[in-house]
Amino acid sequence: MTALIEIERLTKRFGAFTAVDDVSFTVSKGEVLGFLGPNGAGKSTTMRMLAGFMTPTAGTARICGDDVVDKPVAAKRHLGFLPEGAPTYPEMTVTGFLRFCGRARGFHGSALADRVTRAMHLTQLEGVRLQPVETLSKGFKRRVGLAAALLHDPPVLVLDEPTDGLDPNQKHEVRNLIRAMAPDKAIVISTHILEEVSAVCSRAVIIARGRVVADATPAELAARGPSMDAVFRELTLSEAPREAA
Amino acid sequence: MGGVLTVFRRELAGYFATPVAYVFIVIFLVLAGALTFTIGNFFTRGQADLQPFFTFVPWLFLFLVPALTMRLWAEERRLGTIELLLTLPIAQWQAVVGKFLAAWAFCAIALLLTFPLVITVNILGEPDNGVIATGYLGCLMVAGAFLAVGAAISALTKNQVIAFVLAVAACFFLTAAGTPVVTEFLSQRVPQMADIARAISVTDRLGGFSRGIIAARDVIFFASFIGFFLFANTVAVDQRKAD
Repeated sequence: MTALIEIERLTKRFGAFTAVDDVSFTVSKGEVLGFLGPNGAGKSTTMRMLAGFMTPTAGTARICGDDVVDKPVAAKRHLGFLPEGAPTYPEMTVTGFLRFCGRARGFHGSALADRVTRAMHLTQLEGVRLQPVETLSKGFKRRVGLAAALLHDPPVLVLDEPTDGLDPNQKHEVRNLIRAMAPDKAIVISTHILEEVSAVCSRAVIIARGRVVADATPAELAARGPSMDAVFRELTLSEAPREAA
Repeated sequence: MGGVLTVFRRELAGYFATPVAYVFIVIFLVLAGALTFTIGNFFTRGQADLQPFFTFVPWLFLFLVPALTMRLWAEERRLGTIELLLTLPIAQWQAVVGKFLAAWAFCAIALLLTFPLVITVNILGEPDNGVIATGYLGCLMVAGAFLAVGAAISALTKNQVIAFVLAVAACFFLTAAGTPVVTEFLSQRVPQMADIARAISVTDRLGGFSRGIIAARDVIFFASFIGFFLFANTVAVDQRKAD
């Protein structure tokens, strides 16, 4: 299996504070990687570097072989990225926003219309297609961001907390969607919800204070202790925190 | 260029999707008209030209253009949409240029809507319409220079008020440097400074355009000025995007 995401010794420092410290892992086609860790552990920073938004202090990341620093535009073409909090332009309609994202990815005319229709169908947005994004509920906004990430059917998906703010039914739908897409993509999702890892992920990487502390299948992790929660606590609290979080 | 066009279309549509466009255009037209006919002595001058109008345009843009540019990047950073925009397969310079061109096109629309003034002078007398055209071109150049400065400042901060105030200060500097008050004061005390002040002043250069002269050095000044600040804008976005 070829690795679609390769992260090698990725490091990000903000002044004296090291947010991400020497993180390495790869994700192959067909894998759904759950990226876990307490708040402030460096999950979002790692994902932002992978998406080409932040420049790493050291190390590299490659998407489908394209380096995110040296060939940023090529790397971004392979990538569907849902940023933390699913930001969208508030005054745009759902259709307008998705058409903008599609156009930025080089789609025109009927291909663009097809992509937008398909993405709205996958994320069940048809009912709100002409509403400005600012009038939507949190769950809908999250799905608009998800639709934008899925629009171009990318081989690599990086989703920062895709189910945050969704109700249980919507969470279920999004998990089904991720499972359905999994066989022909490399997917990274970050989450705090441990049951989600068991439900959709084929592998889990736990990060604490910027370092990878575990990289195993959810079943292996759960087998290390009485419960997934206990294992997570032990792994992420085993060192004294460097900052009060 | 596809990236530039995509950003351009979204930005320009964005102005008209919010009250920003309408407030800007109405205030600009009311003030431009009022100043031209009152303080500008449009009628008592007895000349069929738009000289009084062109004199006031930089002073109006001084406040109105920063109101457009303050949100360009500061708003993206506040909403977090900058993370979305810059993770699309668009180069950073394309986003910068697209946003700038959209704001410039918007200023061009506002200027075009002052066409009743052109009709008025044509009814009242026989103006040189070529001179009026170059005057409008000069106003567009001034708008471009102000927009480029304002956009670069907006990229440096998350706070729209700071972006606005700093941009007004920068535009005021560029406008006031060529006024008689400043140049006369400087030429009496520090003659070298007076030359520099005249060289960076946009009002002096606009004066040439509004008399019908398109001088190469003025065009080069505006083009390199805009080019430099767009470059600075790209650097600022790159450095400060994730803060």
